[in-house]
Amino acid sequence: MSGAPKLPITVKAEIDLVLVTVTAMGLATRLWGITYPAAVVFDEVYYGQFTSLYMKNIFFIDDSGPPLGHMILAFGAFLGGFDGNFVWNRIGAEYPCSVPVWSLRLLPALAGALSVPLAYQIVVELGYSHLAALGAALLVLCENSLVAQSRFMLLESVLIFFLLLAVLSYLKFHSHHKRSAHFSPSWWFWLLLTGVACACAVGVKYMGLFTYFLLLCVAGAHAWQVIGDPKLSNTAVLYHVVARGAVLVALPVVLYLGFFCLHLKLLYRTGPHDQVMTSAFQASLEGGLARITQGQPLEVSYGSQITLRNVLSQPVPCWLHSHKGNYPIRYGDGRGSSHQQQVTCYPFKDVNNWWIVKDPGRRELVVSNPPRPVRHGDTVQLVHGMTARFLNTHDVAAPMSPHTQEVSCYIDYNISMPAQDLWRVEVVNRESEREVWKTILSEVRLVHINTTAVLKLSGASLPDWGFRQLEVVADKMARGYHQSMAWNVEEHRYGKSHEQKEREVELHSPSQIHVGRNLSFMAKFAELQWKMLTLKNEDSEHKYSSSPLEWITMDTNIAYWLHPTSNAQIHLIGNIVIWSSANVSLCVYAALFLWYLLRRRRRMKDIPEDSWSQWVLVGAVCVGGWAVNYLPFFMMEKTLFLYHYLPALTFEILLPPVVLQHVHDHILRFPAHRHAFSALVLAWLSSVYLVYRSFSPLTYGQPTLSAAELGSLRWKDTWDILVRKR
Amino acid sequence: MSVESRGCESEYDPKHGSSALRKRVTEREPHKGNVKVAENTETRGANNKHQNHSLNPRLKLQDIGGTEHVLGLKKCNTPASTTSAHQEWTVYSLILVALLSLCTRFYKILEPPHICWDETHFGKMGSYYINQTFFFDVHPPLGKMLIGLAGYLTGYDGSFPFAKPGDKFEEHNYAGMRAFCALLGSCLPPFAYLTVLELSKSLPAALITASLLIFDTGCITISQYILLDPILMFFILGSVLSMVKFSSHRERAFSGSWWLWLLLTGVNLAGALGVKFVGLFVILLVGMNTVRDLWNLLGDINLSLVLFGKHLLARVFCLILLPASLYISFFAIHFLVLNKSGPGDGFFSSAFQSRLIGNNLHNASMPEYLAYGSTITMKNVRIAGGYLHSHWHLYPEGVGARQQQITAYSHKDFNNLWFVRNQDFKTENPTDPVEFVKHGDIIRLEHKETSRNLHSHLHEAPLTKKHFQVTGYGINGTGDPNDFWQIEVCGGKPGDLVKVLRSKVRLIHLSTGCVLYSSGKTLPKWGWEQVEVSCSPYLKDTPNSQWNFEDHVNAKLPNISLEVLKPSFPEILLESHIVMIRGNSGLKPKDNEVSSKPWHWPINYQGLRFSGVNETEYRIYLLGNPVIWWLNLFSIALYVVMVTIAATSIQRGIQLSQKARERCRVLMEGGREMMLGWLLHYLPFFTMGRILYYHHYFPALLFSSMLTGITWDTMLQSWDLFVSPPVTQRIYSGGVAVLIILFLYSFYLFHPLSYGMVGPPAHDPSSPMAGLKWMESWEF
Repeated sequence: MSGAPKLPITVKAEIDLVLVTVTAMGLATRLWGITYPAAVVFDEVYYGQFTSLYMKNIFFIDDSGPPLGHMILAFGAFLGGFDGNFVWNRIGAEYPCSVPVWSLRLLPALAGALSVPLAYQIVVELGYSHLAALGAALLVLCENSLVAQSRFMLLESVLIFFLLLAVLSYLKFHSHHKRSAHFSPSWWFWLLLTGVACACAVGVKYMGLFTYFLLLCVAGAHAWQVIGDPKLSNTAVLYHVVARGAVLVALPVVLYLGFFCLHLKLLYRTGPHDQVMTSAFQASLEGGLARITQGQPLEVSYGSQITLRNVLSQPVPCWLHSHKGNYPIRYGDGRGSSHQQQVTCYPFKDVNNWWIVKDPGRRELVVSNPPRPVRHGDTVQLVHGMTARFLNTHDVAAPMSPHTQEVSCYIDYNISMPAQDLWRVEVVNRESEREVWKTILSEVRLVHINTTAVLKLSGASLPDWGFRQLEVVADKMARGYHQSMAWNVEEHRYGKSHEQKEREVELHSPSQIHVGRNLSFMAKFAELQWKMLTLKNEDSEHKYSSSPLEWITMDTNIAYWLHPTSNAQIHLIGNIVIWSSANVSLCVYAALFLWYLLRRRRRMKDIPEDSWSQWVLVGAVCVGGWAVNYLPFFMMEKTLFLYHYLPALTFEILLPPVVLQHVHDHILRFPAHRHAFSALVLAWLSSVYLVYRSFSPLTYGQPTLSAAELGSLRWKDTWDILVRKR
Repeated sequence: MSVESRGCESEYDPKHGSSALRKRVTEREPHKGNVKVAENTETRGANNKHQNHSLNPRLKLQDIGGTEHVLGLKKCNTPASTTSAHQEWTVYSLILVALLSLCTRFYKILEPPHICWDETHFGKMGSYYINQTFFFDVHPPLGKMLIGLAGYLTGYDGSFPFAKPGDKFEEHNYAGMRAFCALLGSCLPPFAYLTVLELSKSLPAALITASLLIFDTGCITISQYILLDPILMFFILGSVLSMVKFSSHRERAFSGSWWLWLLLTGVNLAGALGVKFVGLFVILLVGMNTVRDLWNLLGDINLSLVLFGKHLLARVFCLILLPASLYISFFAIHFLVLNKSGPGDGFFSSAFQSRLIGNNLHNASMPEYLAYGSTITMKNVRIAGGYLHSHWHLYPEGVGARQQQITAYSHKDFNNLWFVRNQDFKTENPTDPVEFVKHGDIIRLEHKETSRNLHSHLHEAPLTKKHFQVTGYGINGTGDPNDFWQIEVCGGKPGDLVKVLRSKVRLIHLSTGCVLYSSGKTLPKWGWEQVEVSCSPYLKDTPNSQWNFEDHVNAKLPNISLEVLKPSFPEILLESHIVMIRGNSGLKPKDNEVSSKPWHWPINYQGLRFSGVNETEYRIYLLGNPVIWWLNLFSIALYVVMVTIAATSIQRGIQLSQKARERCRVLMEGGREMMLGWLLHYLPFFTMGRILYYHHYFPALLFSSMLTGITWDTMLQSWDLFVSPPVTQRIYSGGVAVLIILFLYSFYLFHPLSYGMVGPPAHDPSSPMAGLKWMESWEF
């Protein structure tokens, strides 16, 4: 790359007509009739909600994957001018004309269409002929499941697009490297594109990590060869390793953070999932808690009126609560209670969540002037705002967790059971010994003075007498830190009323004073990512969920949509010829690979060195890509669907053309055999097309088939094809 | 030649080294790799030129492997004086290590004289063997059999109930069982010592490893009680030692000791797997090592394929067939010894139960054919299927219709009893003649305890959403047409009578056409973690949809002695494995229970209370010596850094001295083995859904400790790259001494964890452990 560009500047354009043709066919198959049906199809009901929320800038949390995928869908909605006003509640609900169906579905369909030329180029780049590449492109083109999955507002096609792009750019990069075009602009371009595509794939779904790790392994093996290359100087090797490390590791991490940054920038309004987040996070959103907490005093002082939220937020976020209602004298199992006022954790905002921090040495329940802040290690009493009773615990077994102590609001029955209502405040996340107790920011542990028990959310719910609220206990055995023992002040104001009646009025009125505070992006990111990974959804089986073993032979399908009146329907159902030939070629590949490997070990070389390294690379990309995207599902405990297999399948169906060419070139010796073989391949390709045609009514949802025709398409007993009873 | 001359000052005699080199070269001249060893002393340029020829990095590794033989040969050639002195030292050290570990493990072994922690399980199971009572456990039987045997041989009669932790042993003889476990636990340091010695050929490395294990309070505590862990670790480390020894006999294939170590490896593998399924990891380790070994043999062109076949067969026999047959024979003994009915019966099929003396199916006697009005229990035919069960609880809101739950339950219980009724809802007259149930009849099953009918309808089943919900419906046996089921005998024709125990039947729901099905999925807490029962619209014949009648009581019919088909041994074996695996994965942490996480373990985050809670009690706390554990953790990082440097410099073709190459080899081969062992025994826990405990880390700790020994030994030796040899020597011996003193001192500090603490807990300044609570999460 030396010298100034030579004049005159000329552009030579080469157009691969085959490539253009397959791209056009990809676009045609994916985009044809894309607005049909104008109704919510399967998981659109799920992704649609998030698109609407993006349009309205409302914060949400979704544990299914990082935000890039949702943002891409939302971008489509933005292009179509969608205003977000649609209730996504039911599969099959008709879209009104205000929903731009075409642009909502456009981006996934484009991604699906572009996967076809990507497949073509990957096979070329692996060193196989254009004929084999054309075969691979045709297989991707005619795979009904890939077509169906691309045509709706779903994320798999986007994921597959980025996966293929990452693999292709890495292969391009590698071939530039082999041609010794080190550090040339195109070398950099393909390397950078690899990094970007990997980041995007991971950003769309966590599943992208599998292929990313595979590429890292391949890149690592290649880098290891670079390290061992005696022609390169030590500095050059260092440059190579650092360049790869920066682009393939650091860049994706930065981009991934970028997606979250954009996500948080877009979603700045309060929304339905706020309560999952910590108070500090919620306070950073516009509206909601921010409106309440804006202007709260920062330091909790004697006389402060506070609500205490449990930090664990599981099973639901809740606040320390008491109400007029006593523990029953005897429980169902015969144990007795103190019959004092119940203390619970209540998952809704309520005036009974207010507590007043009282100095045990003084009588006042108001904040003195100047306020005296409560510090780590101070002893306080907590007075329930509405009933003016003191938070108390004693050596009585708790209702649901008998190994811990009951927590109550103390009622003096004059039965030699004295009040034990002193609590030591321990600020868990303090930086110094005498740190002040701060609103929202501080997590505190309340340690009972008499028994050293810690106030804790047990996780059990009380029965009907406790209105099914959550049980709060004091645990003597509690050691170490657990979120169920940590509480933070969410709402806070300085109490002003001396009289109980006035105070009740004051508690009912909303609070307002100002303190501004902001969470850093990294803190928000860390919290959001952590919540997304640990958010537990009730994992129940779905009518169309399946197990990984059923995928490989396609024993299962998913009904995506059924016409409200006719038999027209859309299914995720694969092209059975493609699936089985992919499986067969996988076995052939494995057998041949083992055979060659063992023979080479004994210095018997059946194929030339070049073909062998090609063959190994194909294995790493196609078989490796299939394995890393498939096998991990056996260890997952979440609800799985057939569409989870599609990335693996995409890699697997690149294999048949490659294996066929290999057999043709290296195994068949006689021209007659080769001719016969080519004829067989043609027959096979036409059967692929025929199956694609016959199942296309289930892929495109039109034309409508009769019940008999539908019955004849049920090739396996385990497929659920819906037939309307007349 | 400068590299070689530096070697002259080292403890190995350079003259012998180089002569051995030459000798080897002449011996195996045709090998390119060995020629390269000879050329090592040449200048860098020459070496580079050579590397251009060999593009395959593997070849380069091989020539490092070559040096090993060189050293081996050298040892034989060295005059007897140094070698035998060296060997004497290793023997003395071995004796010292063995003595120390016996002392530390047996000290206060009888304390505390009450049940500690899981002794309640394993002691109880040992007693079951002595009493020959059948029980069910999630682990394979060998460990408990050995405990039982040890108890039996030392005079324990199996009469102690082992009811709960804290119960006093009183006059029962528990010493034998504890001593047996402690004895196996004492073998760990010597085994680790020998393994590291074999891998690194360095006495200090072996001594570091041995002292890590001897002075680790965790290893001591876990070896002192009636637990499976010392037995498991004994077999794990036994397999590793035999594998390493076997590998070192590479050059003497098919010699007596070669066979011995190979056989021992197989025996130990069977032992490890026979104690706990964790043994699978060490099998994986040995398997990977064997595959690599075979791969190298296959690459040796001089080795004929016939000879290679012999190698292959020897390994298949010793490492697959032998362990498998041993493993199976453990089970055979297990089933042979336990021939009396006990607490584990209900987990197994009716056929299995009929083998057990005292079970109601043993020489069962009941009416032969199913009749209306009989009281029955129905068991799912699926392996380890449960009894059809119901109880006074409704399905919760949001789970289908709010009617009574129907589940499958493994334990024998009066709620498993059902009446067989005919279609009409009126009760039978006791004087009516007996009517038998026939294939194709429409029947109704009424739950004896709650008088509800088995019922199904078009609601989703709770877990298997493709199926319909099955409920208990109706009052006092009066329900609706959804209570009708058609009974089909598998392989029968209309009119066939239904044989109790022997007929497999299907129940087809009359109005929806679905079949009564047990999916094997565990219901959540509202269903008491029993197994789901649903009605499947898919009529494919599977064991899940087949049931058999197990108990059958009908006063009007004569009881006939039934000879149930005794199951074959392979059937029993398969069944017990499925039950065990299901039991294992069923051990889920309860809601909000703070369970131990794998990342807690290497940082020694939290231990386990073995005995005692409050101030006055004698407390034992299972916690590793933090100095040792943190050093182990740090050493893993150190190892990764060192091995990266070593591998990169070899890959770059940097000229290394003979000694440095030898160290690289130890690091990359010996270290790799240990690192792999650690990874294999640690990482899988991250994917496990079952409840995990701190003590699961101990097998991994063994590997981690051996890695520490190798790493530090190599690191201390490698100072010669920076400073002169005499200084290196001083750093080396000083470093090893400091390490061992450090372990000793930390052991002195923390020994009360193992040998018992009394008095206030550690956060109290007056406690004997005051100031040692270095982490907030430790509970002593």
